[in-house]
Amino acid sequence: MTEPDRGGLVADIEVKRGSFTLAVSLEAAPGQVLGLLGPNGAGKSTLLSAAAGLTPVSAGRITLAGQVLDDADQGTFVEASGRPIGFVFQNYRLFPHMSVADNVAFSPRARGLGKQAARSAASYWLDRLGLTELAGRKPGQLSGGQAQRVALARALAGQPSLLLLDEPLSALDAGTRLDVQAELKRHLADFSGPCLLVTHDPIEALVLADRVVVLEHGRIVQEGTPALIARQPGTDYVAKLVGLNLYAGRADGSAVVLTGGGAFVIPDHGQHGNVLVAVRPSAIVVSTQPPQSTSARNTWQAKVTGLTLLADRVRLDLDGQPPALVDVTPAAVTELSLDPGSQVWLTVKATDVEVYPHNGAAQAG
Amino acid sequence: MVIRPPRPTAPSRLTARERARRAARGGASRSVPAPLLVPALIAILFLVLPLAGLLVRAPWGRIASALSGADATQALTLSLWTATASTAISLVIGVPLAWVLARTSFPGQRLLRSLVTLPLVLPPVVGGVALLLAFGRTGFVGRYLDSWFGLTIPFTPLAVVMAETFVAMPFLIITVEGALRSADQGFEEAAATLGARRMTVFRRITVPMIAPSLGAGAVLCWARALGEFGATITFAGSFPGQTETMPIAVYYALENDPDAAIALSLVLLLVSVVVLVSLRDRWLRGSPL
Repeated sequence: MTEPDRGGLVADIEVKRGSFTLAVSLEAAPGQVLGLLGPNGAGKSTLLSAAAGLTPVSAGRITLAGQVLDDADQGTFVEASGRPIGFVFQNYRLFPHMSVADNVAFSPRARGLGKQAARSAASYWLDRLGLTELAGRKPGQLSGGQAQRVALARALAGQPSLLLLDEPLSALDAGTRLDVQAELKRHLADFSGPCLLVTHDPIEALVLADRVVVLEHGRIVQEGTPALIARQPGTDYVAKLVGLNLYAGRADGSAVVLTGGGAFVIPDHGQHGNVLVAVRPSAIVVSTQPPQSTSARNTWQAKVTGLTLLADRVRLDLDGQPPALVDVTPAAVTELSLDPGSQVWLTVKATDVEVYPHNGAAQAG
Repeated sequence: MVIRPPRPTAPSRLTARERARRAARGGASRSVPAPLLVPALIAILFLVLPLAGLLVRAPWGRIASALSGADATQALTLSLWTATASTAISLVIGVPLAWVLARTSFPGQRLLRSLVTLPLVLPPVVGGVALLLAFGRTGFVGRYLDSWFGLTIPFTPLAVVMAETFVAMPFLIITVEGALRSADQGFEEAAATLGARRMTVFRRITVPMIAPSLGAGAVLCWARALGEFGATITFAGSFPGQTETMPIAVYYALENDPDAAIALSLVLLLVSVVVLVSLRDRWLRGSPL
């Protein structure tokens, strides 16, 4: 293993829980927000739990700023209460019998400050997160957004070196989510240690994370910047999240033969071998006649199998070689009288086809 | 065989009020069939009549004087402080045991749980005999207490407290253990991530969160201790002012001063009603312990 980053979190671990095994190796640098993206049951929360010391690892080790937190081979383990962490739980877990101020003062007090000092530490964080007016309230009297801020204040008040956030916005309604998200981003930017952020919302990962790790079935299937992951998804799961058509195939210069049938003409960048192909649903053009003399290089026939009304457009589910999701306007649906069963032609320009190498771990249809 | 299609039975009367009630509750007929109604009424009479008898026969005119007799006052005082002391002891040693039973696992734990809750079903007089055999002057523990420290437990107020604790503490333990099992441990995890060690978690999170059950268990324990008779009279005897608690005083008063017996019983009945009212949310609504 490489020399751990100073101040960073390094985890190279395996955690067994019943028949489920999480096996990951990752690093988070100081000040970096590492997004853990993945479906339910992928092991995201298990990973947080291991970092927090709530679940010991079965193999491997976790270090923070070079200090061992958990090492299965050496048999060493730092209890959760002894780790310099701040954990924001999915449902916040604010202590219902304590006021907001006492919740925030809890960690300073538990970590050794006197009553007065803990109280003033709490009031600093309450002020910083704009919670001073709510200090006397009980958690039951808070709105979702307020509870979220209290949970963050409580975690930060302990002066943690590592921040762990488990789906911090998932308990909020859509209206408050955007505000809280923007605010959370500011506070995360102020935090100087590494931060692990679990989410299954790609927007949340895009907005809040500096780097994203995609977890599926307990394994890391893709890693990169949020922008890269959104543009070049490595798996069907991510492609679906970010709303792209994803195909696996073999590239040979200017063409890709898709594994599931069909082919694409692509700009020749000298790509060869196993690749993934991503196509935006809005980049595909639908016509009821065979298109004549067009500059688009890819044309294929398909059958409409489903129509879903999204906010401002209609998503067509199309069966063909290859199958595709295509976004069109509601007006287009009427004009072309598209119904389930309609035969159509699809065209896409070669320049709208994103082709990138397929790493072994990822799977795509 | 041919089954004839069913036809509606002859209509019966349905008042407007009953119609409204059924509409609101959404239920079908709520009338009780006679085979259930008659036994249920008998059960009600059986349970309520004796208590009514107590109230009817009460010497209301001279209740105050009956209770102010030296024996009655002594018995009442003794009962109140011994029941309170045994509840306090149960809290101090029973709550930690409940925590151990709820939050840890070790070989023989099931056996231990059975042993701990055995006094719930054990005839109290057997408990008294057992205490006597253990802590009596010649008991296998009492022998040494006597010869080493000159401490003789049986037939002292301390024996009363021990007998009451032996019988009543399991009520507290099972109530608290149940609460600990059903409490959301997520809060305790959260406290740990905030730097709280296990004892701090117990003190600042666990105990406050099970406070309602703790209160209910303590009240239950206190009421049981107050009413204790069999183990107490066996292990502690019935010396007025020393070990003669209220129930024992009632028992003896019935022979020579029935009015005093009734007056003392009324006091115990009143206490029981107060206890029941304080537990009503938990018991009268049929929720588990």
